[in-house]
Amino acid sequence: MAGGAASGGSATTDTYKDARGWLLMPAWSVLLVLSLAPVFMMLVYSFLTKEFRGGVIWEFSLAAYDQFFFDRGLFGDDPPVIEWTYLTIFWRSIWQAGAATILSLLIGFPTAYYIATRPENVRPVWLFLITIPYWVNLLIRTVSMKFLLRDQGPLNDLLMSTGLISEPIHIINTNLAVQLGLFYSYLPFMVLPIYAAVERYNFALSEAAADLYANKWVTLRRVLLPAVKPGVVAGCILVFVPSLGAFLAPDLLGGAKNFMIGSLIEEQFKGNAGNWPFGAAASMVLLTMVLIILLICARQQSKAGKEV
Amino acid sequence: MATPGNDIKSYPGFRFITIACLIILYAPLVVVTIYSFNASKSITVWEGLSLHWYADVFTGPDSGKFKLAARNSFVIAIIAASVSTAIATLAATAMVRGGQFKLRTVSFGLISLPLMVPEIVTAVATLIFFNAIGFDRGLMTILVAHIAFCIPFAYLPISARMQGIEDTYEQAAMDLYATKRQAFTKILMPLMMPGIISGFLLAFIVSLDDFIITNFVKGAGVETLPTAIFGSVKQGIKPNIMAISTMLLGLSIVMVTISYFVSKTDNTK
Amino acid sequence: MKHMIKASATAMALALAATGASAEGKLVVYHWFEYIPQDLLDKFTAETGIEVTMDTYDSNEAMLASLKAGAIGTYDVAVPGDYMVSIMAGEGLLDTIADGELANKGNISSDWADPSFDPGRMHSIPYQWGSTAFMVDTASYSGDINSTDILFNPPAELSGKINMLDSQGEVMAMAALHLGMEQCSTDRDKLKALNAMLQEAKGHWASFNSDTAKEVLVSGDVSVGMIYDGFGAKARSEKASLKYAFPSQGYVVWMDNVVLLKDAPNRDSAIKFMDFLLEPENIAAVSNYARYGLGVNGAGEFLDPELATLPESNPPAEAGAGVFIEVCDEATQAVYDKIWTNLKK
Repeated sequence: MAGGAASGGSATTDTYKDARGWLLMPAWSVLLVLSLAPVFMMLVYSFLTKEFRGGVIWEFSLAAYDQFFFDRGLFGDDPPVIEWTYLTIFWRSIWQAGAATILSLLIGFPTAYYIATRPENVRPVWLFLITIPYWVNLLIRTVSMKFLLRDQGPLNDLLMSTGLISEPIHIINTNLAVQLGLFYSYLPFMVLPIYAAVERYNFALSEAAADLYANKWVTLRRVLLPAVKPGVVAGCILVFVPSLGAFLAPDLLGGAKNFMIGSLIEEQFKGNAGNWPFGAAASMVLLTMVLIILLICARQQSKAGKEV
Repeated sequence: MATPGNDIKSYPGFRFITIACLIILYAPLVVVTIYSFNASKSITVWEGLSLHWYADVFTGPDSGKFKLAARNSFVIAIIAASVSTAIATLAATAMVRGGQFKLRTVSFGLISLPLMVPEIVTAVATLIFFNAIGFDRGLMTILVAHIAFCIPFAYLPISARMQGIEDTYEQAAMDLYATKRQAFTKILMPLMMPGIISGFLLAFIVSLDDFIITNFVKGAGVETLPTAIFGSVKQGIKPNIMAISTMLLGLSIVMVTISYFVSKTDNTK
Repeated sequence: MKHMIKASATAMALALAATGASAEGKLVVYHWFEYIPQDLLDKFTAETGIEVTMDTYDSNEAMLASLKAGAIGTYDVAVPGDYMVSIMAGEGLLDTIADGELANKGNISSDWADPSFDPGRMHSIPYQWGSTAFMVDTASYSGDINSTDILFNPPAELSGKINMLDSQGEVMAMAALHLGMEQCSTDRDKLKALNAMLQEAKGHWASFNSDTAKEVLVSGDVSVGMIYDGFGAKARSEKASLKYAFPSQGYVVWMDNVVLLKDAPNRDSAIKFMDFLLEPENIAAVSNYARYGLGVNGAGEFLDPELATLPESNPPAEAGAGVFIEVCDEATQAVYDKIWTNLKK
C-alpha cells in the first residue's frame, strides 16, 4: 500500500539507499512515540470496559464493538439485530468527504496548474495567496461562510439582483452546505501537492503529444495527468481523510441534525456520553476503513502503472 | 527556463477557475473584515463604521491574553512546520530515493497515521501519554504534538514532488565526483524547493489552526489563538476576533507583497 | 540533542509565559475563556500577592475529560456547571472545604447555600447563574410563546424555523418538562414516548447549533432558538423583536460554581480566591462583566442597575419552575444516550 503516494511515479530510485535508515529515523522516532503509541493505546482501550462518564476500567470487554455492530433496542435487552445507526453515519461521512474531494479536485487542479504555469518568481506569491485565508481561524471562516450562504445572505442577494434566480437558493443546513464547507476547509491541501507535481512537469511531453495531433484535452488526460498523478493522489488523501473526521463545517453549515463520524467520536470523549471504549472502537473501525481505501487506491495505481 | 509555446501550456477556463477559486477563498474574509469595523457588538447586524474593536484588541481588558495567544500560535506554527518539514524531507528522500525495502509500506502507513486517526483520539491519548511519562504540559507539549501531527501534511507534497524529479541530475553530479551529500544539498534540494515550500505552508496552517489537540495538551496559562477563540464562544463571538483576524490578514498580505517585490528584483534568471 | 531541544524549549516557554515564580503564592485556575474580568484578577493579585495562572476550556465535558486523563493535581480551582459539580464530586475529583475554612461562606444567599448538586456547599461556591429556554421572533409569530410546544409541537408557521442547542442535557431536560416527566425516568412507556416525541419534533427543526445560537436568531435564519438568558439579552439588543420565553411547563436553570479540586497544588491560595469571590463587590464585578446572576448577599449596590430589569433574567409570575439538569445513574443514562443518538443518527 506504500504506493498510495509513494511509489506511483517512475522516479523511484535507490540513490540514497545506504542512508535510508538515517533519513527515516527522525520520522520513525517521532511518529512511533506520538502517533503509533497513542493509536495502540486506543486499540487497547477499545477492548476495555467503559467507566461511567469517561475513562476505562481495566477489564476485557467487547461491549464497545458490540454496541457498534449490534442493536439491542432502546433498553438494551431486545434480541440483537444488525445496528445500522453507526454504519449509516460512516456511509454518510464517506459520501460527504468524497463529494468534497471531487469538488476540491475540480477546482484545485486547474488552479494548481494555472499557478505552476506562471512565471517562476511569482509562483510563491500565488501559493501564499492560496494559503493566507487559512491564517484566519476555521471557526471564524466557517461562521462567515454561513453568513454568505444564508437565504437572505449576500450570495442570494447577488444572484437575485442579476436575475439568475428569482427565489433564494436554500443552501444552509443541506448536504450541499456540508460539502461546500469541507471543500472550503481543505482546498489548499489539494492545490499545493498538485502544484508541487505540475511545477516539475516537462512540457516537452505536451508538445510531443500536440505534434502527434492529440488535442489539448486528450493530452491533459493521457499525458499530463499520469505524469502528475502522485500530486493528485496526495491532494485527494489530504482532503478526503481529514474531511472524514471533520465536525466544524458539518455542524455549523449542515445544521448538525445528523451525526458525522467526527462529531460522533468527539461526543464519546467530551460529550454527554463519555464512553471512551466506544469512541476508541469507532476510531479503530474508521482507521481500518481508511487503510482499506488507501490500499485499494494503491493497488489500482500500481496496476495502472504497470499497464503504462 | 525555456518556455514552450504558451498555447500548449494554457487551457481555456483554467484562469477563470483560478480566479473563481480565489473569490471563494476570500469572500468569507471580506465579511470578516467588514464586521471588524462594526460599531456594535454584533457580527450579524451592521450598525455603522467604527475602529472600536481595533482599539479593544490593543487596549481592551483581554488584549494581553490575545496578544500572547497570537504570539504562541505563531511561534509554535513556525517551529512545528520547520521541524516537521525537515523530518518529512528526509523521510521522503528515503522513501522515493531509497530503493525498495521491507519497511517501506509500513513507513508510509506510519507517516500517514496522524491523518487517519480522529484528532480527538490523538488528543486524549497524547494527554494520557504525557501525563503517564510525567511530561509537564505547556508550550513544549503543544509543540511536540504539533510536530507529529504536521508530518503527513508536509510529507505528501514533498514526496509527490520528488517522484517527479528524475535522478539523472544527481547521477550526473556524482559522475563528476560530487559526494552523495553534495548531490543531495546542491542538486536535489533546489529542485525540491516548490515541494518543500508547499509542505511547509500546509504544515504551518495546520499547526496555526489546530484546536482539538492543542486544547488537550496545553498547560495552564498557555493559550493559542484557536483555543482563545473557541473558549470565548461562552461570551459570544465579538467583532474583536474579527479585528484580530483582519490584522493577521493584513500582516500576511504585507509579507506577500514584500516577498513579491523581493522576488521581482531577483528576476535575473 | 534531546536535552538541547528541551533546554531551548524551556527557555522559550519561560520567555513566553512571562510568569515570575517569585510571587508569594500561586494559583492555577481552570476556567472558561473571557468569563472573569482581568481587572478582578489583578485586584486579587494586588490584595493577596498571589500570582494567578489561568487555563481555559470550552465545555464542562471537555474539562472533565481532561481532568480524568490525568490533569487533576495541576489545577487549584475550576468552574463547572451545576450537574458537573455533582458528577465531579461523584468521581472524587473535588476536595472538601472544611467548616470555617471560608470566612465569607455566610455571604452565600440562602437560595444557593444548599443546592441539590452540592448539598451544604461542601465543595463549591456560587459563581454565576442563569436560565436556558428559547427565544421567539415576535415579528414572525404573534401567538403565545410561553410554552414548550413552540419547540416540540410548533405551530405551522414556525415549523422548519427552529434551532436547538447542540447539547444533550439541555434538550433532554426541556423535553422532559414538555412531557411533564422526570428527567431520569426508568418508566419504559414514558421513555418510549419521549423517544417518539423527539423523533416527531426533529422534523420541525432546522438545526442543532450552540456556537452561533445568537447569530442564527439575529440574522433571521430561524424564528425560534434555544438560548441562554445572557445571550438572549444580547440577541434582543441586536434585534428588538426577539423575546425570551419562560414556558409555563418550566425552564432549565444553570449555575456555574467555583470548586476546590482534589490534590490542588496551592490549596491555601484557592481558599483565598474563593473567599475573594464571595465578597459582594467582587462577584458583582463578574456579573457586570458576564451579565449573569450571582448568588451572594449584599451585592445589589455594586450591580449594574440594568441587570435588575433585564426581561431575560427576571421571570414573570406566571412562569413555570426553573429546574436544574439532573444527573442520572449509569443504566438510566445509557437509555438517554441511546435516545440522543437515535435523534441525531
